[in-house]
Amino acid sequence: MLDVTANSTAPGAGAGAAASDEPLLVAANLGKSYGRLAACRDVSFELYSGEVLAIVGESGSGKSTLLQILSGQLTPNTGSVSYRMRDGVTRDLATMDEAERRFLFRTDWGFVHQDPAMGLRMAVSAGANVGERLMAVGHNHYGKIRDTATSWLERVEISPERIDDAPRTYSGGMRQRLQIARNLVTEPRLVFMDEPTGGLDVSVQARLLDMMRTLVSELGLSAIVVTHDLAVARLLSHRVMVMQGGRVIETGLTDQVLDDPREPYTQLLVSSILPA
Amino acid sequence: MNAPTYNFAYLDEQTKRMIRRAILKAIAIPGYQVPFASREMPMPYGWGTGGVQVTAAILGPVDKLKVIDQGSDDTTNAISIRKFFEKTAGVAVTTSTGEATVIQTRHRIPEATLQAHQVLVYQVPIPEPLRFLEPRETETRRMHALGEYGLIHVKLYEDIARFGHIATAYAYPVKVNARYVMDPSPTPKFDNPKMNNSAALQLFGAGREKRIYAIPPYTSVVSLDFEDHPFEPYKHKACCALCNAEDSYLDEIVTDNKGSRMFVCSDTDYCETRQSDGHRGSENAAPYAESANA
Amino acid sequence: MIPMIDIRNAEKTFVMHLQDGIRLPVVRNVSFHVAPGECVVLSGPSGAGKSSILKMIFGNYRCDGGTIGVRHNGDVVDIATAEPREILGVRRDTIGYVSQFLRAVPRVAAIDVVAEPLLAAGVTREEARARAGALLKRLNIPERLWKLPPSTFSGGEQQRVNIARGFISDLPILLLDEPTASLDAANRAVVVELVAEKKRAGVAMVAIVHDDEVRHLIADRLVDVASFAAAAA
Repeated sequence: MLDVTANSTAPGAGAGAAASDEPLLVAANLGKSYGRLAACRDVSFELYSGEVLAIVGESGSGKSTLLQILSGQLTPNTGSVSYRMRDGVTRDLATMDEAERRFLFRTDWGFVHQDPAMGLRMAVSAGANVGERLMAVGHNHYGKIRDTATSWLERVEISPERIDDAPRTYSGGMRQRLQIARNLVTEPRLVFMDEPTGGLDVSVQARLLDMMRTLVSELGLSAIVVTHDLAVARLLSHRVMVMQGGRVIETGLTDQVLDDPREPYTQLLVSSILPA
Repeated sequence: MNAPTYNFAYLDEQTKRMIRRAILKAIAIPGYQVPFASREMPMPYGWGTGGVQVTAAILGPVDKLKVIDQGSDDTTNAISIRKFFEKTAGVAVTTSTGEATVIQTRHRIPEATLQAHQVLVYQVPIPEPLRFLEPRETETRRMHALGEYGLIHVKLYEDIARFGHIATAYAYPVKVNARYVMDPSPTPKFDNPKMNNSAALQLFGAGREKRIYAIPPYTSVVSLDFEDHPFEPYKHKACCALCNAEDSYLDEIVTDNKGSRMFVCSDTDYCETRQSDGHRGSENAAPYAESANA
Repeated sequence: MIPMIDIRNAEKTFVMHLQDGIRLPVVRNVSFHVAPGECVVLSGPSGAGKSSILKMIFGNYRCDGGTIGVRHNGDVVDIATAEPREILGVRRDTIGYVSQFLRAVPRVAAIDVVAEPLLAAGVTREEARARAGALLKRLNIPERLWKLPPSTFSGGEQQRVNIARGFISDLPILLLDEPTASLDAANRAVVVELVAEKKRAGVAMVAIVHDDEVRHLIADRLVDVASFAAAAA
């Protein structure tokens, strides 16, 4: 633990959360069980606009289940998730019908899967992958859709020359960047990420993290990032929630939780990092 | 002459009732794919088992049946289906579009404008227009239910990105009654405008996929496109070598090993009717003219 | 004068759960205040908890008791009990922190590392880069290095990048953790100058400095941390 603190600088000192009085997303007493197995329980938190929250914990800690509940893909047994819509009205996800939820999911939200093949159409060109969300909300001008796709490819550092290639011809890192562009094209306010750097080489991870960090701060995005990698949490997030056995056991500022962990399990997680 | 061992039009009455219920539902919800309990037919899948079941369910003893395959009345598929109903239903058959009350078709819509008393039955291989982009049936059903049709434009986008224009030449997706996106079966997009606001009832049967859908008479059918790449029906830039028609869909026929070719109407009834009315194409293009010279 | 930082009876204990729950008291009864334009230097032997106190003020370490009052946008925020959001706001608008080591973000050019706090404060990219360049020049970082990520730099160069990043913004409070540790005499003098400029601008500073000469030059007042450590032990 002391090794980690010795290295500490001022993470997140610059990237502050844009001030807004109303939270963007409110989770209240969320619980989900499969039979007798409680995948998550008593999870409550508020996410404000511009904030990046990391959910950390090992496999089976319930973090992925929680992400699915938060993003409306799984119905909790208890509790509720509320979201402040673009019109300023905060709504309980459970009271929205499926069409509204799906519309939210492909406009004001993004979801970045660990495996890009889950979030992309692998047989369809990069341009169409990025353009799909635009077409889904009624954009009907090929030239404009293509221009928007081109500029997004540039933003995620993919050469526009590759716009007509299918992502199956892309490397893992490029696929993940394409998935991010596909999600951000509708300018969502909230992006869910499930282990966004999992399965990538370390060098590729660094580039991706750096790019995500820039995009998040430039666009003022809010994000909920599930990761088991504390380095990802440190680099991307303002706040951390540590989960174990389906419960949130510790929460706070990212550098605070990682540099001064209180709970035995958090101390174990932090001490398990191999020194760089 | 109804063969004594078969029920009228081969299928038993319960099955026909079941299919008619599916057809009624399909008519009530234009463009919506209604699942039905497709039966085994005495012909292989891909030979029109969906269309045959729909035809069997709607056929009455007074009907006059026409069957076409790619516009032609005299290909194997068309002849065998026509004979099938002659044998099992004993109905009158015809090759004349105007005289027929029920027309079963594979991959074409007749050139002659269909009338209110006629029913056009399409044979459909794959009814789901979103299928090649979204493999999950649960997901495509949900997309139809919620009217989420961004994906279909992805296909058109891909065409333009690859070929510079919308290269989809057949099975060109349409929106029916401003609600459901529908696959018009593999008809050439040349035929798409004929589906719009047609006086005839149009029924679609997919035997292997077990779906029936319909376009009721006088229903809007719009071909999807982009603002800057509008829908354009396509045909070969030629006129028919046999009847000189300029407005019909043409088949390209290779006439020798040197690459010579000719274009003729794909709709044989239309072509023959024009020829009997005295229209003639350029003679040297016609194969019978060549054999006459030999 | 109203202090910028007002610490009363703050305390900190580490509980090492992985070592059978052993309790490591760090500091207790920490009480001091810092006025605008004043530089308070924490003194005491290593291990007395000087860095821990800085980290507690920054909200990096949690405070187990007492209060850490910080003037933030006209109000007083108690860092010991503030919500994470409030602490982020304090860090954005009020407290800057210069640590001993740079935690370099991979791939980001030195000049952008330095400019980042200004960008976050809403300054345009050109202006932020220009100011970052000027500061790097003052700290004798050759221009050819500006476009390179600092992870490739020597220890002294990295520290100067870190100092530039810490001093670039116009925050009313600065925490300095051994800012001159591995610098040569010329660069130490630049840091002393920078601190003097911040004082004139009314910035309240808390510093840890081992170099006697530098301490003598920048300190307005010394706070002996040894007494806090003794109280905790």
